[in-house]
Amino acid sequence: MTTKYTEGEPIRDTKAPEGPIEDRWEKRKFGAKLVNPANKRKLNVIVIGTGLAGGSAAATLGELGYNVKSFCYQDSPRRAHSIAAQGGINAAKNYRGDGDSTYRLFYDTVKGGDFRARESNVYRLAQVSVNIIDQAVAQGVPFAREYGGLLDTRSFGGAQVSRTFYARGQTGQQLLLGAYQALERQIAAGTVEMHTRHEMLDLIVSDGRARGVIVRDMVTGEIERHIADAVVLASGGYGNVFFLSTNAKGCNTTAIWRAHRRGAMFANPCYTQIHPTCIPVSGDYQSKLTLMSESLRNDGRVWVPVKAGDDRPVSQIPEDERDYYLERIYPAFGNLVPRDIASRAAKNVCDEGRGVGPGGLGVYLDFADAIRRLGRDAVEKKYGNLFEMYERITGEDPYTQPMRIYPAVHYTMGGLWVDYDLQSTIPGLFVIGEANFSDHGANRLGASALMQGLADGYFVLPTTIGDYLADGPYGEVDEEAVAEAEIAVREKINKLLSNNGDRTADSYHRELGKLMWDYCGMERTEESLRKALERIPELREEFWKNVKVSGEADELNQALERAGRVGDFFDLAELMCIDALHRTESCGGHFRAESQDADGEALRDDENFAYVAAWEYGEQGPVLHKEDLDYEYVKMSQRSYK
Amino acid sequence: MTATIERGSATARVNPPAGAAAKTTKSGRPGGLLGSSNGKKAVMAVTGAILVLFLIVHMAGNLKSFFGAESFNAYAEFLRTTGEPILPRRVVLTVLEVVLVAAVGLHMWSAVSLARRARKARPVKYAAKRKSQAGGYAVHTMRYGGVIIALFVIWHLLDMTFGAVNPAGRDSTPYERLVQGFDPSRWWVTVFYVVAVIMVGLHLRHGLWSAFQTLGLAGGRSYRPLKGIAAAISVVLVLGFLTVPVAVMVGAIK
Amino acid sequence: MGMNLTLKVWRQKGPEDTGRMVTYRVEDVSPDMSFLEMLDVLNERLILEGDDPVAFDHDCREGICGMCGMVINGVAHGEQVATTTCQLHMRHFEDNAVITIEPWRAAPFPVVKDLVVDRSAFDRIIQAGGFVSVPAGSAPDAHSVPVKKVDADAAFDAATCIGCGACVAACPNGSASLFTAAKITHLSLLPQGQPERDSRAKAMVEQMDAEGFGGCTNTGECTAVCPKGIPLDTIAQMNRDYLKASK
Ligand SMILES: Cc1cc2nc3c(=O)[nH]c(=O)nc-3n(C[C@H](O)[C@H](O)[C@H](O)COP(=O)(O)OP(=O)(O)OC[C@H]3O[C@@H](n4cnc5c(N)ncnc54)[C@H](O)[C@@H]3O)c2cc1C
Ligand code: HEM
Ligand code: HEM
Ligand code: SF4
Ligand code: F3S
Ligand code: FES
Repeated sequence: MTTKYTEGEPIRDTKAPEGPIEDRWEKRKFGAKLVNPANKRKLNVIVIGTGLAGGSAAATLGELGYNVKSFCYQDSPRRAHSIAAQGGINAAKNYRGDGDSTYRLFYDTVKGGDFRARESNVYRLAQVSVNIIDQAVAQGVPFAREYGGLLDTRSFGGAQVSRTFYARGQTGQQLLLGAYQALERQIAAGTVEMHTRHEMLDLIVSDGRARGVIVRDMVTGEIERHIADAVVLASGGYGNVFFLSTNAKGCNTTAIWRAHRRGAMFANPCYTQIHPTCIPVSGDYQSKLTLMSESLRNDGRVWVPVKAGDDRPVSQIPEDERDYYLERIYPAFGNLVPRDIASRAAKNVCDEGRGVGPGGLGVYLDFADAIRRLGRDAVEKKYGNLFEMYERITGEDPYTQPMRIYPAVHYTMGGLWVDYDLQSTIPGLFVIGEANFSDHGANRLGASALMQGLADGYFVLPTTIGDYLADGPYGEVDEEAVAEAEIAVREKINKLLSNNGDRTADSYHRELGKLMWDYCGMERTEESLRKALERIPELREEFWKNVKVSGEADELNQALERAGRVGDFFDLAELMCIDALHRTESCGGHFRAESQDADGEALRDDENFAYVAAWEYGEQGPVLHKEDLDYEYVKMSQRSYK
Repeated sequence: MTATIERGSATARVNPPAGAAAKTTKSGRPGGLLGSSNGKKAVMAVTGAILVLFLIVHMAGNLKSFFGAESFNAYAEFLRTTGEPILPRRVVLTVLEVVLVAAVGLHMWSAVSLARRARKARPVKYAAKRKSQAGGYAVHTMRYGGVIIALFVIWHLLDMTFGAVNPAGRDSTPYERLVQGFDPSRWWVTVFYVVAVIMVGLHLRHGLWSAFQTLGLAGGRSYRPLKGIAAAISVVLVLGFLTVPVAVMVGAIK
Repeated sequence: MGMNLTLKVWRQKGPEDTGRMVTYRVEDVSPDMSFLEMLDVLNERLILEGDDPVAFDHDCREGICGMCGMVINGVAHGEQVATTTCQLHMRHFEDNAVITIEPWRAAPFPVVKDLVVDRSAFDRIIQAGGFVSVPAGSAPDAHSVPVKKVDADAAFDAATCIGCGACVAACPNGSASLFTAAKITHLSLLPQGQPERDSRAKAMVEQMDAEGFGGCTNTGECTAVCPKGIPLDTIAQMNRDYLKASK
């Protein structure tokens, strides 16, 4: 069985400068080597992904004068998954004068991440956050404003200050369009060469350095090699390993997984964020889950019937037979407890047989009180578009009957391990945005992913990559390394196409997803994880033998694209379970049933697990490298929302 | 606390020259106001507006026929003698005619060139019957209607201005041409006029507010009133024009 | 108890292929499925039969990325108002319905395969000037320029365009006016967009022509199918800016 892993050398140096935390970024910037302007044109950088992270990075690097090649699998860089983010973006502007500060944002993020994030990185993130808002506003991002003409903010999950900037329910869209426009400007200026509908299938490592990528032109099927002096991965998260998630259909792990296979360590793969307010699954054909903004919990009350198996219509369930369980269990925070807590509570009541809707997998989010209190118009003003979206999908009217919601996989805190410079364990391979593991620890706060993606892309990477590139250009690439990578890619494609089995890639993906949801989802136990680790290799073997992919290699072939991604999800799923199994504590998005207190709350084990688990790929199974986490500024404490 | 990034002095070209991308594209049309579809539309709107003004005056003039031959002929004569004695006879009228011809010419040139561009942009038809979501009839009535109007104007000039196809003949007064032209025995001519005038009405119902839109003068809450005004002017013009032939037919003008 | 449908789908192997309508039966369709999920079901079957699945673009499946889009029964994104194809649900169709599915049709959007078209012309229109030039790190404090709430809201309305191309597909002239106007309007309404306002309008309009889109005759089909309800007055704004810039 592959539950065996070995432990390697711990990671001692993260390259974060020493000294007071406020000065570290300033120090690093000053210490970073500068690239001679005349040389920049000679330095080639590949950026995979055009989301907030990749889009802003490619635009900024182009602006600085590097020769950039940018890739995405969609038909336009503007469609990257970041476009779907709804709620908002955090920044320590303290425009409200409500006591916010860099330090407080830093503190909230470290605490929210359940003390599994690196202090230096998080502090820098908080510092840079203010520049993001300035940058976006200057680009013309139409953030919500108040009548005085100044920017409006709101408070968001787990924070007591109002620091979330937003553009109605489309913050991600507006920020991404800003980055996209900056990117298009550089494309027109000739500094960035854009390759849309191109999928990265392998990383080229030559002389121990990341030197390029193998990509497939998804229209012609051509396998291309692109060589550069540095490679930046900004390929997003891997939540789709669960098949059903709030992620876009195309989100995949291929780019980072291939890099992992080539030597980049994968950190904390098991940290997955489950979002409590999503529209429940309605049938087996379901292809994705839709997020309903968390803001709904400000006015909606969550409840289930007191009795298990109560299938009366809502109107016939009297008030005293309804269990407003969040208000009951967490009187202080009520319906506004953090995501992981709300999600698990919903799962628990459904496990007790008290869930509502098809399959008993749902809880009510009821606006009847809010409508009574504020009037229908006020509710409509606040949530109109969300209610409409709900009705469009379910065909039910949330003004007259409560919404049904259920948790769904939403975000992955894990990702490729990077140091303070956002460089992976392969020199020259940088990883930014959701694809890396860097800033959120075991749980990400709402509105912090957009902040991190843009901080990485606009401000951090452009500085730190210069330090690496200053020693370039890196010369010829070992032809054998390129050929080897290319052959591996071709072989995999041929394998998939020549298989002639009798199940589709999607059907395997669904089965894998269900397995992961059941055994490595909201709640994990040693037993469930062992089961998963037994089943995954079997299923993977069957997949490679029996998957059926129609069509040809040299054409637009969506069946082939999917099958390739599913193949990598299998490998990743296994590593996630190994990571989840080895971390016997509960923390953030990782809840081990064995590690809870008397009230059923997550119990961290700081003594044994205050480290980042960085996994190295090994033919004999993964090798664990621990990076110890020291908290000099924030005192570790147990989270409590009671 | 700051977090700006250091950079070398040589940043990339910040402003790509305007239209830099345009040059790299396939068709490489000439630029400039008249080369652009928006420019052409503007030409159409301005010339259309000139034509509308003409039509209003023309309609008013036509209505003078109700006050008898003298009144109407005097108006026709007035058209020819304005500006006298400073300017020779017919100078002002000729200038007006030149402006009108130029307007019609430019209007048609833009219409044809935009229609051709549109056809090129949309070479393949949908298999399913297109369902209009806007209730719009505009494209067909504008293009085909425009052609009918053009044909009408040719006939109309031969008929009323030159008398070439008019029973009153070339050497008649406008009033004679009017009365004899719409004689009940020539009902088919009258029908053609009626159809043409209605086409003009339809053309303007869309064309009038469309011109405002094209010139960027419409927007927001002005659409409803604009469309209302366009419809009202069209109706007034149609009714105003039609009363004359009808009056001739029924013998009210003779 | 699901629905049974007859689909007439445009199949075209590649840009060079002439293409044809092909009829498929899909059985037992749940009314809760989205339109794309219904096509997923068809595709799963086609793959198992060794056939090419129907290629169509999609990604977010929640109406925001603008990737999906097909002409359903003659209407871009189908008849449901303000709804992208991915958000269209089968409960709006009758049992035993015959549904015709075609790609966007416009010369500047050549068919890549089946229902997939090439919309890169939109990116090039943005490249021509659909941006504000601000190098990262050079921006002044966000509060240094207040913006009237009404302007910010109106700019936002225009900025919600998802670049799906339905406007072009529906326009009888194959015009990209609504898309182009949405971006021009978004940036024109904000103080940040002023310095480049004239050159932007000129360059974007000219690029739109150069790509081979038709001119606008104000038919309004575009705004009627636009999933984000981008209003026609954006086109007036574009015309105004363009004429002013061309003076
Ligand atoms: C529904 C939803 C709502 C959210 N709301 C919020 C919110 O309100 N606030 C917040 O802070 N966060 C939110 N998040 C999280 C946040 O949106 C994401 O974490 C963030 O946008 C990720 O950005 P990214 O740039 O790292 O990656 P993405 O935006 O995912 O971009 C990935 C890019 O990589 C490319 N790519 C991927 N694989 C390959 C490959 N193999 N080859 C080539 N290219 C590839 C893609 O084409 C794409 O361009 C939300 C997430 C979801 C799902
Ligand atoms: C001679 C034949 C004519 C043709 C072929 C023609 C054709 C057209 C077409 C195709 C349009 C574009 C429709 C649109 O923009 O929505 C148009 C617009 C217009 N036409 Fe005509 N037309 C003709 C005559 C006239 C006449 C005689 C008048 C006035 C009396 C007129 C007034 C207008 C006006 C005001 C517009 C609106 C311009 C705009 O939308 O910007 N046209 N015409
Ligand atoms: C039923 C309605 C109409 C009647 C009775 C009518 C009548 C006339 C008459 C009698 C003349 C000759 C005037 C003269 O020689 O002095 C004339 C000229 C003219 N009419 Fe009309 N007309 C009608 C409708 C229209 C319409 C709808 C148009 C345009 C679309 C039009 C365009 C013209 C033009 C261009 C001239 C020539 C003007 C000139 O030479 O100065 N008419 N009309
Ligand atoms: S204007 Fe509307 S229809 Fe056109 S691309 Fe934008 S969102 Fe799509
Ligand atoms: S449908 Fe076409 S004609 Fe203009 S108003 Fe819309 S672009
Ligand atoms: S798939 Fe994204 S809008 Fe439809």
